[in-house]
Amino acid sequence: MHISEGVLSPAVLAGGAVLTVVGTAVGLKKVDYEAIPRVAILSAAFFVASLIHVPLGPVGLHLVLNGLMGLLLGWMAVPAILIALFLQALLFQFGGLTVLGVNTVTMAAPAVLCFYAYRGLLRHPGTPAAIGAFACGFSAVLLSGLLVALALISTGQAFLEVAQLVLLAHIPIMIIEGIITLFIYLFLQKVRPEMLEGIYAS
Amino acid sequence: MSAIQEPFSEGQSLVHRLDPRGKIGVAALFAVLLATANNYATILTGLALSLVCLALAGLPLRKVAARLLVVNSFIFFLWLVLPLTYPGDVVWELGPLSASRQGLLFTGLITLKSNAIIIILITLVATVPVITLGQALQNLRLPDKLCHLLLFTYRYLYVFEEEFHRLLQALKIRGFQPRTNLHTYRTYAYLAAMLLVRSYDRADNVYRAMLCRGFNGTFYSLKTFSWQRQDHSFLAASLLAAAALGYLEWLQPSLG
Repeated sequence: MHISEGVLSPAVLAGGAVLTVVGTAVGLKKVDYEAIPRVAILSAAFFVASLIHVPLGPVGLHLVLNGLMGLLLGWMAVPAILIALFLQALLFQFGGLTVLGVNTVTMAAPAVLCFYAYRGLLRHPGTPAAIGAFACGFSAVLLSGLLVALALISTGQAFLEVAQLVLLAHIPIMIIEGIITLFIYLFLQKVRPEMLEGIYAS
Repeated sequence: MSAIQEPFSEGQSLVHRLDPRGKIGVAALFAVLLATANNYATILTGLALSLVCLALAGLPLRKVAARLLVVNSFIFFLWLVLPLTYPGDVVWELGPLSASRQGLLFTGLITLKSNAIIIILITLVATVPVITLGQALQNLRLPDKLCHLLLFTYRYLYVFEEEFHRLLQALKIRGFQPRTNLHTYRTYAYLAAMLLVRSYDRADNVYRAMLCRGFNGTFYSLKTFSWQRQDHSFLAASLLAAAALGYLEWLQPSLG
């Protein structure tokens, strides 16, 4: 979920921007020139995922895939998500310039956290890895929802109800993201296991 | 037709001809100023300025309006909730629901602010082609790797989208109908995964081809930026306007 321009307070915007700069610096340190095309592919994937609508009853939800980004990229997910969000702001005007920092934090921080939280599980092929992959997709969206809610509430108590509704809307997305991340993981494991090497790196 | 387009980047207007570096700087300045503003006078002035820029850029207004309508969906959602939950004097009641004056004013402020910033983004930044933007950002001393990432990602967007539509067509030919069931989710997941695998291979090939042709981590561009007189005037006018906005916001609290 992108927060629009003009909604959040300057303090929240500044906080998001600072965290994004730090996260991007850490992420870029880990990207060498050889890895740039690979990171760019996932960045583009994250962008295009928002165009894929998955039906849930009468409504269509679009994929987020930030859990998968974390799973495949670790810290490098931060610059990748930053670039994807920047391009979305530029080409579709989703999100925006001043909220770029906050939106990057709400999407990328869960990705990085989930990478470290579930890496242990994902290293054991079979049921543990499957559980890890589902949990990765599920909790990344859960954390994103919580961070969006937190950004709104920190702006003002007036946003309490809005934040609650936003969080509520994330619940179906969490389940679908979990399932989709799980299947993508199983597919990659079978077809192209070398794409999952990031999990084993120290 | 591709869903990913840059409808605003083409044109010959004054705004299109300005130096991208100046436009990026001014857009960032105004976006920050307006985002921190809390005062109707400031924001209405900002909106008026953004509309002047929009007129100077000569963009297709119908497309801009369509874009704004979509972007305002989050704002629309705020209109449904905020006026009803914001504490203040009741101006409108329907059964258990009541809208407060402060809530309406607050939501209105957010709406104007949001749209002013988006119009500035459209007129000043979206009028620069992404490739040029990548070079301009590099010129403005953003990290090299980040700019490379931007340029590569932008290139792959189209590859990805093309591949996505091809796979979707293949699904349709085989009679796939999306429903709310596990089969649908699995199919979409495999579609996304296949997309990743194919693009990964393609990226690898492209990178090898680049290495073969002597790529050493730098992009050489034939385009050079030139800072001209019109850019000086644009920057000066923008700084004056920014000062006026700042004056309205911080030194004229009575107007609010």
